[in-house]
Amino acid sequence: MHYGWRVSSPESTVQTVSALEDRELVAALRTGDETVFSRLVREHGPGMLRVARNYVSSQAVAEEVVQEAWLGVLRGLDRFEGRSSFKTWLYRILMNTAMSRGEREARTVPFATLAGEVGDDEPAIDPSRFTAEGRWAGHWAVPPDNWASPEPRLLEAEGREVIDRTIAQLPEAQAIVITMCDIEGFGPEEVCNVLDISLTNQRVLLHRARSRVRQALEDYMGETRAR
Amino acid sequence: MKLSRDLTCAEVVELVTEYLEGGLSAPERERFEEHLGVCDWCVTYLEQMRQTIGSTGQLREEDLDPQLQDALIEVFRGWKTE
Repeated sequence: MHYGWRVSSPESTVQTVSALEDRELVAALRTGDETVFSRLVREHGPGMLRVARNYVSSQAVAEEVVQEAWLGVLRGLDRFEGRSSFKTWLYRILMNTAMSRGEREARTVPFATLAGEVGDDEPAIDPSRFTAEGRWAGHWAVPPDNWASPEPRLLEAEGREVIDRTIAQLPEAQAIVITMCDIEGFGPEEVCNVLDISLTNQRVLLHRARSRVRQALEDYMGETRAR
Repeated sequence: MKLSRDLTCAEVVELVTEYLEGGLSAPERERFEEHLGVCDWCVTYLEQMRQTIGSTGQLREEDLDPQLQDALIEVFRGWKTE
């Protein structure tokens, strides 16, 4: 049987699951509607996999986490009360699954612990790039270069690879927040609800993550210019 | 009337995310934009941040590996028989 989820032609319109009311969705899943399930998987699967990847050591383990999380969702359908959106609920289950898996792998500390550590001073830019004293104190001494817009190298595979690698090396909480916000397109409130952090913390984590990615891209541009 | 001194570049780079995410108050926003009005380097920096965000967004993948999709359908079928 073919479920039609490998739709590749741009003309074809696929009804997105988010258009359905959350409670209708949950009702359809409860009755065992495989079409709705496969649409949900298609819509959320890639994002879930990428978010899970921040918690565990390999792609294979991340895939297992996604499967485990979906089973948790299905088994917990009766507990869905609609107080949060289905998507928030889904990702909360994913987070819990990924975290307990990460703990078993002995590499994860609870998110709250990490998110609580945002107080450390971590400047967006190396302070030595600003003038230290005098009338121009705090102003650029080593200013940023103008990147062409759109910068072709940032659109190529190598540029994406730089970003991917940088995110993988970020502290876990920063990596998760930038993944959700800037890759998967979560709104700030959604991120706060899924991760149980304040809007202030979300912004600080996002700011640090973006600042580091920008710095990595600047370094990359400098290197390729020197080639 | 000026409420406080002008921002430095070092302060601007720390406010960029709040600015882009709409987290600044109206007076803060005004001070931020006032600085941009006189500092091309910070305009460049802001543009780099926008490009960074745009390029990061390109990592998004629309398609799930068909094998994982199949595995998930199996999870669903298994659950139905529980």
